[in-house]
Amino acid sequence: MKTIYFDNNATTRVADEVWEEMQPYFCRLYGNPSSMHTFGGQVGVKIREARERVARLLGCDPSEIIFTSCGTESDSSAIHGALAALPQKRKVITTRVEHPAVLAVCRDLESHGFTVVELGVDKLGQLDLNELEHQLDNDTALVTIMYANNETGVIFPIEPIAEMVTNRGIIFHTDAVQVVGKVPLNLAQSPINLLSLSGHKLHAPKGVGVLYVKKGTRIAPFLLGGHQESGRRAGTENVPGIVGLGKACELAAQNMADENTRVKRLRDKLEKALLKSCPDSRVNGDPDHRLPNTSNISFEYVEGEAILLLLDRHGVCASSGSACTSGSLEPSHVLRAMGVPFTAAHGSIRFSLSRFNTEDEVDFTIEKMPEIIHRLRELSPFVHEISR
Amino acid sequence: MWEYTDKLKDHFFNPRNVGEIEDADGVGEVGSLACGDALRLTFKLDKEGRIADAKFKTFGCASAIATSSVLTELIKGKTLEEAMKVTNKEIAEYLGGLPEQKMHCSVMGREALEAAIDNYRTGGQGKHEIEGTIVCTCFGVTDKEIERVVRENDLTTVEQVTNYCKAGGGCGGCHGEIEKIIERVQGERAKEQMLPPPRKGGKLTTIQKIQLIQQTINEQIRPALRAHGGNIELIDVEGSKVLIAFRGMCAQCKVSEFTMKDVVEAKLREFVAPELYVEEDADSSGAEHEHKG
Repeated sequence: MKTIYFDNNATTRVADEVWEEMQPYFCRLYGNPSSMHTFGGQVGVKIREARERVARLLGCDPSEIIFTSCGTESDSSAIHGALAALPQKRKVITTRVEHPAVLAVCRDLESHGFTVVELGVDKLGQLDLNELEHQLDNDTALVTIMYANNETGVIFPIEPIAEMVTNRGIIFHTDAVQVVGKVPLNLAQSPINLLSLSGHKLHAPKGVGVLYVKKGTRIAPFLLGGHQESGRRAGTENVPGIVGLGKACELAAQNMADENTRVKRLRDKLEKALLKSCPDSRVNGDPDHRLPNTSNISFEYVEGEAILLLLDRHGVCASSGSACTSGSLEPSHVLRAMGVPFTAAHGSIRFSLSRFNTEDEVDFTIEKMPEIIHRLRELSPFVHEISR
Repeated sequence: MWEYTDKLKDHFFNPRNVGEIEDADGVGEVGSLACGDALRLTFKLDKEGRIADAKFKTFGCASAIATSSVLTELIKGKTLEEAMKVTNKEIAEYLGGLPEQKMHCSVMGREALEAAIDNYRTGGQGKHEIEGTIVCTCFGVTDKEIERVVRENDLTTVEQVTNYCKAGGGCGGCHGEIEKIIERVQGERAKEQMLPPPRKGGKLTTIQKIQLIQQTINEQIRPALRAHGGNIELIDVEGSKVLIAFRGMCAQCKVSEFTMKDVVEAKLREFVAPELYVEEDADSSGAEHEHKG
């Protein structure tokens, strides 16, 4: 059975060109980039090249790139590092729809005496910028707001937000793991202080991430014990991962147009067809400000995990915001924050595409989905109560 | 991804007895759309009073559908008295086990059965009355239901109770009450049972033992107490006797006696040595109390 992978917000396939670029750095060119000999030194050159490639995609200076082990490390380090550099300030502002890599860190800060404000979102998943402005005060050390939501794909107006925050001398961090490679960035022209990205979301391998730190932004180092990454993040480099990420960033710049045209068209085709063929379905998230690859659809009166397992039988990979998939009893915190009714949240399915998806895959899913939904609704005790 | 058994997958992909019996003798409904799962069970009796046919309709995840399917298979051919004896454990075992977080699906099956039998016995009049008083308002779970899952499945933590009947899985406001129910039921059970035999373990030096006790308190015990505004301090260790003092909310808490035996002592026995017993250091707790007053 062929795998149809529509779960690219969870992780992506490593691009062939990325894999080829990485391969020599496992067994043949295994030197330590910090070594004095040529054998290690050539690896150091390759890391510099990777750093330049990442910087080119982000539109920043290579010295502003810190390689980390993942997006979560980047988020944690940004938040803790910024706060440690500003010990006299005790307030952090974030949103209720952040990824746990940010939300859990902020909630933990609360138990260490910080005031944490979680901004709510409206029905479309958008923020109220007046509320944010109202919350900014002299005690605020950091504002951390995601660039785009991983579950719904909703994009926040990050540039105006960063402008508003940094104008008051407050540090601004954004978790941009879902955005890099899909939305053009030019950080040299942006007030954003700190930005996290994750390699495996843009066709690089797992185990490598980046924290962008704008020149002049003070952050405390987060791993001590070595001079790597200019002393800000010690530890011998994940050389193959970094090399792969560099290549992936180069490819991302070349493929950005494709993501926003072909991939977007496939997403729209899938979404429109499913809404039409499956009654009582709805899209979650602001349709006008959304990642080109993401569609979050609620199929009312059926449960997401059951849908996923039936899709899985056809080789189709997606994900769900239902309670049952997470092991918790409540559905997705993002959908709840948006006020999506529980009945719809339990039946939410996220399709997230990539440039490796084809029209045939979309057509196949469009063909299979109605019978899956119909089948589960036949099983559901609520269906005869639904007025059609 | 959940690790579902082949048997569970089979009952999900090919559910048995789906539907509704038109002129059913008993109808049971439990759960709701908001809860994320719901089950309607109908059955028909034969002349001898045995369940001749049973059908279900379920909204929920794969394990909710599979447990419903198994339930109908298990009760067919049984008298109502026999059917009443079907436990959630039996349903789970029939499927070769369920993930811990999915145990509530098997409990839902049993509850639907009870509701249906109740409905039959009251002559189809009215709905199944939920026994007891509501403890978890988020998921509408009563003290009786919690007591039952604790007793039947030998549960000892709030997390387990949540896995088995959802109680406590929402706002968390009822965790204290659930703990009290666990205490009461486990207290009753303890009287009936002997303590389990001590586990074999390497011999610890005194310093190792004290360090391990402190570590267990830090990692295993304190976080649970902190959640309720309480705290605990290690005062001394004399042989197998561990002297502790409760702080914060725990110092005035009526259930601290329970907390000491069933949380502190149980954890120390689990992680350090089975012969340990815990006593509250009267002096230091008293001092804290006065200080507070």
